[in-house]
Amino acid sequence: MALVRQEGLEPRSPGGARRRKALLGAAAEHLLLILLAGLVLVPFVWMLATSIKPADQIFGEPLDLLPDRLALAENYGKALFSVPMLGFMLNGLVVVTGILLVQVAVALFAGYALAKLEFRGRGLLFACVVFGLCVPIQVPALPLYLALAELRALDTYFALMVPFFLSVFAIFLFRQFFKGYPDEVIQAARLDGMTEVEVVLRLILPSARPAIAAFAVFSITAHWNDLYWPLIAVNSMERATPPLGMLLFKDSELSADFGALTAGAAIITLPLLVVFMLAQRQFVRGITMTGFK
Amino acid sequence: MTAVAPASDGRSGRSIPRAARRNHARALSLSAYAFVAPAGLLFLALILLPLITVLILSTTDYTLASIGLSFIGLDNYRTLFTDDGAWRALVNTLTYVGIVVPAAVAIGLLLALLVHRRRRSRRVYEIVFFLPVTSTMVAMAVVWQYLLHGRIGPINAVLSALGLPRVDFLTDPEVALYALAAIGVWQLVGFTMVLFLAGLTAIPKELYEAAALDGADRGFDRFWRISWPLLAPTTLFVAVTTSITAFQVFDTVAVLTQGGPMKATEVLLHTIYLEGFQYFEVGYASALTVVFLLFILAFSLIQIGIVDRRIHYGG
Repeated sequence: MALVRQEGLEPRSPGGARRRKALLGAAAEHLLLILLAGLVLVPFVWMLATSIKPADQIFGEPLDLLPDRLALAENYGKALFSVPMLGFMLNGLVVVTGILLVQVAVALFAGYALAKLEFRGRGLLFACVVFGLCVPIQVPALPLYLALAELRALDTYFALMVPFFLSVFAIFLFRQFFKGYPDEVIQAARLDGMTEVEVVLRLILPSARPAIAAFAVFSITAHWNDLYWPLIAVNSMERATPPLGMLLFKDSELSADFGALTAGAAIITLPLLVVFMLAQRQFVRGITMTGFK
Repeated sequence: MTAVAPASDGRSGRSIPRAARRNHARALSLSAYAFVAPAGLLFLALILLPLITVLILSTTDYTLASIGLSFIGLDNYRTLFTDDGAWRALVNTLTYVGIVVPAAVAIGLLLALLVHRRRRSRRVYEIVFFLPVTSTMVAMAVVWQYLLHGRIGPINAVLSALGLPRVDFLTDPEVALYALAAIGVWQLVGFTMVLFLAGLTAIPKELYEAAALDGADRGFDRFWRISWPLLAPTTLFVAVTTSITAFQVFDTVAVLTQGGPMKATEVLLHTIYLEGFQYFEVGYASALTVVFLLFILAFSLIQIGIVDRRIHYGG
């Protein structure tokens, strides 16, 4: 390393000028990247900084990053207890888990049948799956709302979860994944007397763990963060999910208390961000898959 | 493999009686139907029937307050094109897409090119730029509300310190839509960057080596002669995918502006939400939903086209 650098600094050597230029270029690139990264991080930094600052400082000196006086307890206290913030989080957890379990159960069997079994209507069903990929939740939302109102099922966990029980994306993804599973192994298992259900549960399911993990990341993120459907399906604090809870919190009497609001934002954002830091690869893969659906 | 599973071999299959084989096939297709039944029923209940209902409702004057409903043909669609609000929402949505998509694609490409060359710091940058993609937009929108606040916001404090006039980012009708677009770009650049990184990784190293022999070993030459042409399909794909996401802008509008000031940030989904779930103009909201779906389908068709072509190239 030292040798290379010395060589690079040699004024007369013909490669020296070019190497110095390359070094300068690399430095410029680093600088630009650091600058852009800093810009992207601004909201996160200010969220955390503001959430521990006292109100007078938030209004008086918005550019101070460090608090004059640590207001952590009062801001986070307000965020946690002036609205049922922990209740929102619990609702989010229930809804996200329920949706994921049903989605995976439904898609596992459908994906297997589409990939490995022959039956009439397979092409039609697959066409439905591809078509379903193009229909966002906002399209069936109105009839689903009317139906749930008719059934008096609004404002329940069921209402929050039911539109997402079918993930055509999961079916599509699992089908692609299962196609690569060797037919010979399935045949051998059948000859050994395994039923098709056993084939799915004992052979396919264990092999599908990477696909399920990637899909889980996508599904959990999408539904933890979703605002549109909870806004429609729920109108009480008792069933609000974190984004809806945040909106209600923002419209409450604390709407100008940015210390408490940023504390609430931090509480809601942090769980997902921590998981993201821990499983960054799976996250990036899981979410960018939406681009390829 | 044939030794393990002789039945999968066509010839040895002959030793199994034909009736047994037919039974076996029938059992398999029976379990196939059982396996796809939940998905099929859910498809009917959650996608197909609601979609047909929306199409039918869009030709009626149904509101939640009315007792009956009557068929009014395409009147809702006619209203849509004459209604200032709906027309404004469509124009605003397309303007938003028109700003967010080129910016997110260009910045994402720049980031990918820069990050791709890093070795040790690559992971750190990937994490940083991807943070906004995973974070809860509603929560971050509240933070943006503070950052962009006309009186007490830090961004205005910086502007003042630089001797520039203050800007009411979210309450000035001339500015608000652009402020929302900036937030949209902030959220999407990490996503576009990751897609471009995948595209860059797929470019064979030998191409760069060959180009270096031809004298194209400088950054810009490399980019224009190799990366850019080979990234063209990726770029198109990223643009369409980002368009679909940007077209569905809702959270920031719902949190920050509610479509205001003076409908300057009224976007299609927010109008559908208001008409359908606040004013309960079900018929009219259905017509708006159909228009919304047509746009999404158009984008999706282009997207499927690109993916297909890409697979052909790859194969």
